[in-house]
Amino acid sequence: MLGAFGQAIRLLAAGDREVYFIAWTSLRLSLVSVVIASALSLPLGFLIGLKSFRGKKALIAFLNTLMALPTVVVGLLVYSFISRAGPFGSLGLLFTPAAIHIGQIILCFPLITSLVYSALSRLDRRLPETLITLGARPAEIFRMTIWEGRIAILSALLSGFGRVVGEVGVAMMLGGNIRWYTRTLTTAIALETSKGEFELGLALGLILMAIAFLVNFTLHGVIKHEH
Amino acid sequence: MKKVSGIALALCLVAALLPAQSGRLRLATTTSTENSGLLAVLLPPFEAKTDLKVDVIAVGTGQALRLGEAGDVDVVLVHARELEDRFVAEGYGVNRRDVMHNDFIILGPSSDPAGVRGMKDSAAALKRIADRGAVFVSRGDNSGTHVKEQSLWKAAGLKPSGRWYREAGQGMGPVITMTNDLQSYTLADRGTYLSMKDKVQLRVLVEGDPRLFNPYGIIAVNPDRFPHAAYFEAMQLIAWMTSVEGQQIIGDYKVERELLFFPDAVTE
Repeated sequence: MLGAFGQAIRLLAAGDREVYFIAWTSLRLSLVSVVIASALSLPLGFLIGLKSFRGKKALIAFLNTLMALPTVVVGLLVYSFISRAGPFGSLGLLFTPAAIHIGQIILCFPLITSLVYSALSRLDRRLPETLITLGARPAEIFRMTIWEGRIAILSALLSGFGRVVGEVGVAMMLGGNIRWYTRTLTTAIALETSKGEFELGLALGLILMAIAFLVNFTLHGVIKHEH
Repeated sequence: MKKVSGIALALCLVAALLPAQSGRLRLATTTSTENSGLLAVLLPPFEAKTDLKVDVIAVGTGQALRLGEAGDVDVVLVHARELEDRFVAEGYGVNRRDVMHNDFIILGPSSDPAGVRGMKDSAAALKRIADRGAVFVSRGDNSGTHVKEQSLWKAAGLKPSGRWYREAGQGMGPVITMTNDLQSYTLADRGTYLSMKDKVQLRVLVEGDPRLFNPYGIIAVNPDRFPHAAYFEAMQLIAWMTSVEGQQIIGDYKVERELLFFPDAVTE
């Protein structure tokens, strides 16, 4: 373990271009996926949290079920759709970063939506009601509610980020672990483990944890500062 | 809210359009060629010459051929002659060429409890391992090595089963590590073994049987069946691998001062 720690520091200090590229790929793919997923999750979470409609309970149960989906199953499902033999094969998405995005969005969308919904449903009910009496438009109500729940929403986004940055099923199956293209920290760890390079695998794992820590730390810092 | 969803949709579309870039070639190959480091020296000169980028997807031979059958890759480099011939006969691939060979070996602990060291008949060696009930780790993943192992059991006239026979369902590297931990036997390709030699205490116990010959072939995916396949680029890669220069790189490649592969395409 100590050896792995030393190697992680050596890898970073030596400025190994490939390690940096892999780390950057992991970070970039996960962040973009979370941003796209949240563009869908925030409105849906808002709807579920503050409005009542038919089938709401079923929708919540469905989202919670999706949260339990194993990553390989998501990978397999998306794979069967975007393989050349599948219905969307002609788009040529398999083994590209876009394929990883699709899988990651499916993975983190239910989680973020559920957390956003429970965050917003804990807010003071009087806020949207007051806004309505003041004659605010729906878009303004949405914006102000999101702003009011921003700390919990940030936590939701970070949970989503954690779900995708650390998973290997989707990245391996849909990205193909292609060097200088779709190799992420998790697929690189799987590769090194398969080669018996356990120490290097652990070192890459430590780099992954460092990245997750930095992202959490930075975003929380931003929010605290605003507060 | 509609605006946000619109932006999300637009982002998805942009993400979907991004990969439509040319100049990439997809090669599905076995973990043995990728993990041994051969492709890391063989592909860069090709990429520099042709301005193509080769995307290597390293899986087992069985899965590599399935990727070819679905049209998800442009060219395959694999090692299971029977499956390759079927792949071509069924119209999935064209222009198969021999590239190189190495050999399979039977690995085991230096204590060799089954007593197979030095045997020249690999099927007889497997039979002795089975008779003594010594633990044998099988790939169990339909890879080229697994296909070879099954043909050896067939030659030995038995169907392996029982507590001594462990089907791992994993790649060569993990299986070698597992065999080492269990102090047991396995069938491995020499390339992967050499690349992991310093991490395990296993010994080469059986080698040199003609049945252990391990040839690698490269096949372009049939452009008639898959019009989107990068056929010209695939043929360029086949030309490179079977060229004098490419074959020389293969023949010179060493790990731990040992040659890993022997070129077959250009004979002097």
